[in-house]
Amino acid sequence: MDETLLIGLAGVLAAAVPIIFATIGETITERAGVINLSVNGTILLSAMAGFAMAVNSQSVLLGFLTGAVVGALVALIVAFASITLKQSQVAVGFVLALMCRDLSYFLGNPFMGLSGPRVPSMPIPGLADIPVIGALLFRQDILVYTCIILVVVVYIWIFRTRSGLILQGIGERPAAAYVRGANVQRMRYLYTILGGALIGLAGPAYSLSIKAGWKGTISGLDGVGWIALAITIFGGWNPIRASIGAFFFALLQWLGLVLQPSLPNIPSQVLQVAPFPLMILTLLLVNIGNAEWVERTLAAMPEKTRRTIARILRSMRASPPAALGVPFENE
Amino acid sequence: MNIRSRWLNFGFQLAAVFMALVFTTLVLVIAQGQPLEAYKNIVIGSFGSPGKIADVLVAWVPLLLAASGLLITFAAGLWNIGIEGQITLGAIFTTWMLRGLQDSTVPPAMIIGMGILAGAIGGAVWASLAGVLKTFGGVNEIFGGLGLNFVATALTLWLIFGPWKRPGIGSMSGTEPFPQALWLPQIEGFRLSVWSLVIGVAVLILVFLLLQGTYFGLQLKAVGKNGRAAFLLGIPTSRYQMMAFFLCGAFGGLAGAIQVVAVYHRLIPSISSGYGFLGLLVAMLVNYVPLWIAPVALFFAALNIGSIQLPIVLKLDSALSGVLQGALVLFVLMMDGVRRQFLEKVKR
Repeated sequence: MDETLLIGLAGVLAAAVPIIFATIGETITERAGVINLSVNGTILLSAMAGFAMAVNSQSVLLGFLTGAVVGALVALIVAFASITLKQSQVAVGFVLALMCRDLSYFLGNPFMGLSGPRVPSMPIPGLADIPVIGALLFRQDILVYTCIILVVVVYIWIFRTRSGLILQGIGERPAAAYVRGANVQRMRYLYTILGGALIGLAGPAYSLSIKAGWKGTISGLDGVGWIALAITIFGGWNPIRASIGAFFFALLQWLGLVLQPSLPNIPSQVLQVAPFPLMILTLLLVNIGNAEWVERTLAAMPEKTRRTIARILRSMRASPPAALGVPFENE
Repeated sequence: MNIRSRWLNFGFQLAAVFMALVFTTLVLVIAQGQPLEAYKNIVIGSFGSPGKIADVLVAWVPLLLAASGLLITFAAGLWNIGIEGQITLGAIFTTWMLRGLQDSTVPPAMIIGMGILAGAIGGAVWASLAGVLKTFGGVNEIFGGLGLNFVATALTLWLIFGPWKRPGIGSMSGTEPFPQALWLPQIEGFRLSVWSLVIGVAVLILVFLLLQGTYFGLQLKAVGKNGRAAFLLGIPTSRYQMMAFFLCGAFGGLAGAIQVVAVYHRLIPSISSGYGFLGLLVAMLVNYVPLWIAPVALFFAALNIGSIQLPIVLKLDSALSGVLQGALVLFVLMMDGVRRQFLEKVKR
């Protein structure tokens, strides 16, 4: 395989890491029945705070910890306002998305353009020399390794363990989970905060690795959070499918850069946003199976066509947790 | 609502405003700025001179239009986060119309009028896309809208750097400015146009009447409060949702049109200037009561314009206005929740 292509693909994998962190965090949150719409602001604020901490302490680890704490705190506000105070999750999350963004620009002003520590590259001895796969997977930094492990662990946790089953329960049928002895409110708090901490790792993953440094409004991070939200849906609330979505997104953005020289008539800014129309299209494909008129149209079709189309739609389709965004009262 | 609970409500809201101010002051202290100096500069920067007041009003109009439109979608129970893109498309359609007609023999006033109309149509078309995705595709309007926002930005950049680029080389400064004949008439010496004020206020009144005094408004609210029940009672819910999108998009498009014909006189990359998202905050803050939009939007506009002073005088980032705006909405939402819990406890 071509060497430059391999390096490019390895870069795409690294670029997908922050989005995967955020998407996994949001997946856990939404599985518990809570929408945390603040992702975009959380990522920016944790990127700034993590970078500021890393610059002051010269410790990458402390930077990531700060990011996770910031994410957890923002998520705590979402949880408190929506679970305890029963306000609209969407409203609170949206306000936080805007406010945290401005907060990061305001507080991050003194740190603009400073150089800080970076996550070092960490090839795994032995494995790194395997042809193709070594260059792709094992000449990365610790973030990539952590991320891959995280995806697998969260997948197994959600679908193969008892506590993961309870997580699904409080998002699908909170009343039933409650009757079975689950403390729905407390667990929703817990998983929202846990998810928030994971989203908070995405920020430092940018400011200490992928897009090292803090450059205020031109950091190029504004918008990533909204994409992570879309990928969560595209991923059908499944960590593995979601990380494939994140990788695909990073791939498209990279292709945009690579193809730029051969398409001189299209400004680079346009190719950078090329994944978004595709994102809408995939959201449409994922969701259209849920629409009523599609079922009606399908029912009117001849048996054979109906089966084929239904099968295609079903394979792409994803349904949100039934109680997503619905407050729960244990009475 | 009786008088006592009204006072109680007012008290909680006042507490929320106070808390937002305390929060913002804390943020200022953390950033090692002087809070009083900062607030003073925002006031001077927004109301300190006739020119500044005019600038505040220039920012007030698109905010009025966006928030008014959003009240319609909120009434129908929809989160039209795609408003940013709708404003952008309005600006694109207006620019397109002006470009097409500027060398023709059509009288300038007519061109401006058609440009503004085109803007409203552009916004409405873009909003309808989000509506179609929602009602026929099952795509949540928040995600459809967000995606369309990004597409709108891409479209703007492509036009500015591609087909509509300035003679020579395209740049982030936008398209070639239109001749002064195609500007909405401005007050001598200011950037403010009385015409845009008239459009903004007229739309606010229109939305107020629509929601408070018409059968359409009543049915729209029924759809928003309980879509299933409204549907069973014979209201075509998806058609009403589509109409809400269409109207909101048209008003958002008007905001974009005014940005082109009255403010920038060309298409620039960030033509919506975040007024759509800010409009969402305003609509939430007024608790969906139309007439409150006017003062709240004015206050938000003043914060935006006043904070431009901060980097110049105090070396602080102008994003402080966004922090205060966000904190206001956040604390008002939270205190509303506290008030409800408090009332429930009293009842027991």
